[in-house]
Amino acid sequence: MLRTFIKGGIHIPENKITAGAPIVDVPAPREVVVTFSQHIGAIAVCCVKVGDQVKRGQLIAKANGVVSANVHTPISGKVKSIGKWKTAFGYPCDTVTIVASDEDVAFDAEYQPEARTDEEVAALTPDEIKDIVAEAGVVGLGGAAFPTKVKLTPPADSHAEVLIINGAECEPYLTNDHALMLACADEIIEGVQYIMRATGVKKAIIGIENNKKDAISILKRKLKGNKSIKVQSLLTKYPQGGEKQLIKAITGKEVPVGGLPISVGVIVQNVATAYAIYRAVRLREPLISRIITVTGKSVANPGNFRVYIGTQLKKVIEAAGGIPEDTGKIIIGGPMMGRAIVSVDTPTIKGVSGILFINETESRRVEEEPCIRCGACVRDCPMGLEPYLLMPLTENNELEQLEEHGVRNCIECGCCAYVCPSHRPLLDFIRLGKTKVNEMIRKKR
Amino acid sequence: MDLVVLSIIILGGIGIVSALMLFLTAKKFAVKENPKIAEIEELLPGANCGGCGRSGCHDFAVACACAKSLEGLHCPSSSAETMARIASIVGLAKVAPTTPKVAVLHCNGTCANRPKKSDYDGPKSCHIEHSLYLGARGCAYGCLGGGDCVSACKFGAMVLNPIKGIVEIDDEKCVGCGACVEMCPRKLIELRNKGPRGMRVYVACANKDKGALAMKECSVSCIGCGKCVKECPHGAITLDDNLAYIDYAKCKLCKKCVPVCPRNAIIAVNFPVKKTTIVENKEQ
Repeated sequence: MLRTFIKGGIHIPENKITAGAPIVDVPAPREVVVTFSQHIGAIAVCCVKVGDQVKRGQLIAKANGVVSANVHTPISGKVKSIGKWKTAFGYPCDTVTIVASDEDVAFDAEYQPEARTDEEVAALTPDEIKDIVAEAGVVGLGGAAFPTKVKLTPPADSHAEVLIINGAECEPYLTNDHALMLACADEIIEGVQYIMRATGVKKAIIGIENNKKDAISILKRKLKGNKSIKVQSLLTKYPQGGEKQLIKAITGKEVPVGGLPISVGVIVQNVATAYAIYRAVRLREPLISRIITVTGKSVANPGNFRVYIGTQLKKVIEAAGGIPEDTGKIIIGGPMMGRAIVSVDTPTIKGVSGILFINETESRRVEEEPCIRCGACVRDCPMGLEPYLLMPLTENNELEQLEEHGVRNCIECGCCAYVCPSHRPLLDFIRLGKTKVNEMIRKKR
Repeated sequence: MDLVVLSIIILGGIGIVSALMLFLTAKKFAVKENPKIAEIEELLPGANCGGCGRSGCHDFAVACACAKSLEGLHCPSSSAETMARIASIVGLAKVAPTTPKVAVLHCNGTCANRPKKSDYDGPKSCHIEHSLYLGARGCAYGCLGGGDCVSACKFGAMVLNPIKGIVEIDDEKCVGCGACVEMCPRKLIELRNKGPRGMRVYVACANKDKGALAMKECSVSCIGCGKCVKECPHGAITLDDNLAYIDYAKCKLCKKCVPVCPRNAIIAVNFPVKKTTIVENKEQ
């Protein structure tokens, strides 16, 4: 029997239109806009001036504190301006605009930093690997964009036993991790080994849902005879890619309420992050590009694209054949956890895993009706919460009760709202309740 | 017949015994409450708005009844007269009434001034819309028109104008409790001095973007040009983050800033209508 998590979860039509599609390179644009806040945590501090000449991969904003990440320029060129730019959701953010001249483009075409030799790599100590990862500005590429160095440095009193590599990709439509596993299996494995060395973990398990059989077989073939890294195929079920769900599915251990994976001796990293670590350690290349799935039922050429961070979304969309006419919503990320955007003029950031076009009819919300107490949301909540109850508690601002009912454990997967036969906006309110409770706790301190 | 009489006697007896028990219990376990509390509570509006900083009107009444001085105890929803009566009930010196406050909305991004740019079909809540994106009518600083403040107002002073798409505040009904100020996710509402006969001048915009960006968002946005700052003879206007702010404590209501604003972002309300303005309107 295939492994999976026990509590809740749903099976959604997969719609993986771009499954098996090769990775297509989107050429570096002449102008990029790089934002300083592409990760969870403090905004990086700009360290270039207007008029500066920068080279591809050069540091342009330095991490501000522990939970923060470096930002590098994806192209060579001149710093045109530093200032506010609108994010895809319309809010202003700090950015730097870099424009390339002809010489810069020629330079970039030749650009290839000297890769580390096997001896050099073998000589790296765990702390050196962690520093390289932090230097390269690597963040979790599963979507949350949490600085990777923090995850690789567990608290001193904890002990990491298992490394889980997240290749579940449970979100419908998205295939960027799948494409990466097919194309760069060797590199991912090397990246996994670096993570194991950095954290001192002896065992790694790559968890992949069994709707990606080709990726499973490729990785299994490559790992034949390797005792420390294993591939585990998993039953296709959403939200298997959630950290806690994946740990439960693979190890059977349950992360305690409010705890981190390290409390059960587990570190979880995404396959794309492992790949980024490979590029940072072996090729000395900071995180300046990533794979993005551009997909949707009416997209002309849906596919998986390697995009330089800072490329405007519309350039990426053009590569896939432009915005389809029947588009109702453009979503960044997957259909379950992604967010609808208002502008495609904004730059790509590290956390963008997909651009999804939903057509007019499918994008409309169905009118909300009263709760019929059917319990579908309770049955399918992977965290064992009671969404039907959390929503009215939020509406009535009962913050203490919300906390008692565990609203802070919500992983915002959206299963409750998806299954609700009355189409109630459960997640919208629970997310609001979660923010309010967190605010209340911060105030109390 | 006997049966009826018997029933009446038995039931009546039970009733009398129960009443006696209730009476004795009530006597024995009576909670002695300061009678002033009930008296004060009678005078208060009973809206439990929280404007006094306490959890409700009863709490405020208790605080007044137990207080040694009325300093700091003020119900913004009650008139000065009521506060004087409360002072006489508790037998303390009445505190000079604070200047009445009124809530103003720092946004004039009506549907006409700021046309709709996208559809929002999520739950009708400003907080949720704010957390998702900048809002259906653009401007990351403006009023979303979701009506969170309307539901927070216990006095019916906030009205969501469906044509304008923003909230309107009724001077007459607003008591200045500040419940709406807390509620707004974009902090667009401010309590300002009500001013003589309700006259007040304020900047109806909260956009902190640079001029060019702010100009694109809305036809009545403050672009931070600073003309009003130069014009003001009383130094009441400051410019911070590309946004002008009129300090109501310093403003002398001269209205000189209103005509110089190239964006009509400064609003003067409740001023007597001059004849000249009527002529101007006719010409238009």
